Amino acid sequence: MEELIEKLKKEVIEQLNLEDISPEDIEADSPLFGEGLGLDSIDALELIVLLEKNYGLKIEDPKDGKKIFHSIRTMAEYITEHQTA
Amino acid sequence: MEQVISAYAQIKPGQVRVNGRIEYSDENFITFAEFIKPFFKSLNLGYPKFYKMDPLSKLGFIASELVFKQLNLDSYDRKRVGIVIANSSSSLDTDIIHQQSISNRSEYFPSPSVFVYTLPNIMIGEICIRHQLRGENAFLISERFDGRLLTKYVNELFQQNRIDVCLTGWVDLLKEDFEALLMFVEPGIWEMNAEAREIALPFSEKTVNELYTIM
Repeated sequence: MEELIEKLKKEVIEQLNLEDISPEDIEADSPLFGEGLGLDSIDALELIVLLEKNYGLKIEDPKDGKKIFHSIRTMAEYITEHQTA
Repeated sequence: MEQVISAYAQIKPGQVRVNGRIEYSDENFITFAEFIKPFFKSLNLGYPKFYKMDPLSKLGFIASELVFKQLNLDSYDRKRVGIVIANSSSSLDTDIIHQQSISNRSEYFPSPSVFVYTLPNIMIGEICIRHQLRGENAFLISERFDGRLLTKYVNELFQQNRIDVCLTGWVDLLKEDFEALLMFVEPGIWEMNAEAREIALPFSEKTVNELYTIM
């Protein structure tokens, strides 16, 4: 899980062009939206694309997005759970 | 009433000028990104959203920052600050990237953050968001730089009393070819300080064409 978290941090930084942020700056449990990294609605769409492109996972119900993209850890948990399912 | 240009910025490959003076130069770059990123960092604007913009918006954004730096925007009614920008390549640079991302059915991953920039007037939106400007705006497409079109359009907005001041000019980019000339236009020089009066140029087709030619 920790390996996946570190990989996700790098992917999120690259996909969202978070130029001044390094993986060490992102806490695995910190919220990605709002007060966390301050991501916006377009970033949310980019994260959906990232899951599909890099992990082959499609989010069927948009309501699940809020929970899945709460933090890097919740993203990692979702990937682990659904890739092995 | 005759309008004047009270500040202007010019960006071309290798060089940035503000009110005619060289502000930054770098001849050792290969790509637009390599040229613009260090310059943006040197401005210390603390605006991370810049990195998410497409190249055309980055170019227009930086040119506008250089112009606004010469002014006190608080002295203007932000609902009456117009923006009229033109170019010839529209948003083609980003359109191509988007098109490539949807051309292969088996690798069909269009990027939402690329797609949102597939209109050139998004650049004007970025400038407006940065400074909360809510005046009239327009993005015009012409085959080549057209000082007559710009001056006519902007003067018409002044004549119809739709704006108090206007940011106007040309911001064009396609791959590694780029050029920007942005000017701040005001209705007269009597309220300007001595330094601004010295810089002020008539907002005429002739002057605008000259500023573009000497870029």
